[in-house]
Amino acid sequence: MRPEPEHLELALPPEIARMRRLAIMPAFNEEGSIGAVIDEIRAFDPDLKIVVVDDGSGDRTSEIARSRGVHVVTLPFNLGIGAAVQTGFRFARANNFDLAVQIDADGQHDPGELPAVLAPLLAGEADFVVGSRFTGDRAFRSSFVRRLGIRLFALIVSAIARQRLTDTTSGFRAVNRRGIALFAADYPHDYPEVETTVMVVKHRLRVKEVPVRMRERASGRSSITALRSVYYIFKVLLALFIDLFRSNDVPVEDA
Amino acid sequence: MTPLKVTIIASLASVIMLGVVFELIRRKRLRERYALIWILTGVVLLVLALWRRGLNTLASWVGIKTYPPSVLIAAILLFVLALLLQFSIVLSRLSEQNTTLAQKLALLETAMLEREQKEAAGEEPG
Repeated sequence: MRPEPEHLELALPPEIARMRRLAIMPAFNEEGSIGAVIDEIRAFDPDLKIVVVDDGSGDRTSEIARSRGVHVVTLPFNLGIGAAVQTGFRFARANNFDLAVQIDADGQHDPGELPAVLAPLLAGEADFVVGSRFTGDRAFRSSFVRRLGIRLFALIVSAIARQRLTDTTSGFRAVNRRGIALFAADYPHDYPEVETTVMVVKHRLRVKEVPVRMRERASGRSSITALRSVYYIFKVLLALFIDLFRSNDVPVEDA
Repeated sequence: MTPLKVTIIASLASVIMLGVVFELIRRKRLRERYALIWILTGVVLLVLALWRRGLNTLASWVGIKTYPPSVLIAAILLFVLALLLQFSIVLSRLSEQNTTLAQKLALLETAMLEREQKEAAGEEPG
């Protein structure tokens, strides 16, 4: 048996405690940070189940995660972030979870922000919540070029969503059952964050942004290097453009 | 008029190509759905080889007067591009299916390992 979660009441309102919730943690060569990140989430919310999706790591990521007693899905080879995260949503749907929140394995997402990210789902205000680095008064430091790219996507996505969205590239996001069903059925590939937001809007799911604090990465490097960011921007722009000519191909079940 | 020697060699080459495609299908090394375009190509080449004024006639239809074989080169280029596009489509579908298979395999493996663990220890992981 686990020790009684004594710090739970200061963190989570009772309605969260009732829901079956899953943290989806995609990981690619994160042996340096994943153990600490899991421990931290556990300490904060012991009833939040965790599934680590090891995207074909060459290091001990799976081993370390398994030793912590969380669910570990080890992909046979590297599928890319989109397919890795989707694996988590497929796990969530197969195991009948009510909520799923995506958390990076590198430690940049603070578990202390979980209640903020989950609150709109519990209040029934949204089906999809993004922990944004730009809304509110909490600043986020990033390179000029990356900020510019992020702003450009935010402008386009806001126009499509007819709603002000400031951070469409954040990987800190949560969905309810409708969102889980949608993402389990269909999820974009390489750089999925921007596209998923548009997908959610087009399927008439409600989107909400909440301000969160992000930390420096505990270890490892961002997967987005200078050269790749060019591909990133064009790939996402193409995907957004084509999305406009696409009808919804995934029927969304009622929550 | 194409010289007779060229006609014979070109016809032979076309027949050999059709034979190779036929043999590949027979040995199930080439699926019928992908083979159709190759058979079509072989037939077109054979027709052009046997129909000795064919190339000039075709060229005059599309308005090429100076150098009739360029119609052949243009046709081959278009054919190769169409085939490459076809390959890209097939590759995209295969990689999609590959991804889904890998996901399902990994999820099944996790379910199996967790069930074994549970049976061994009588305790739920989480």
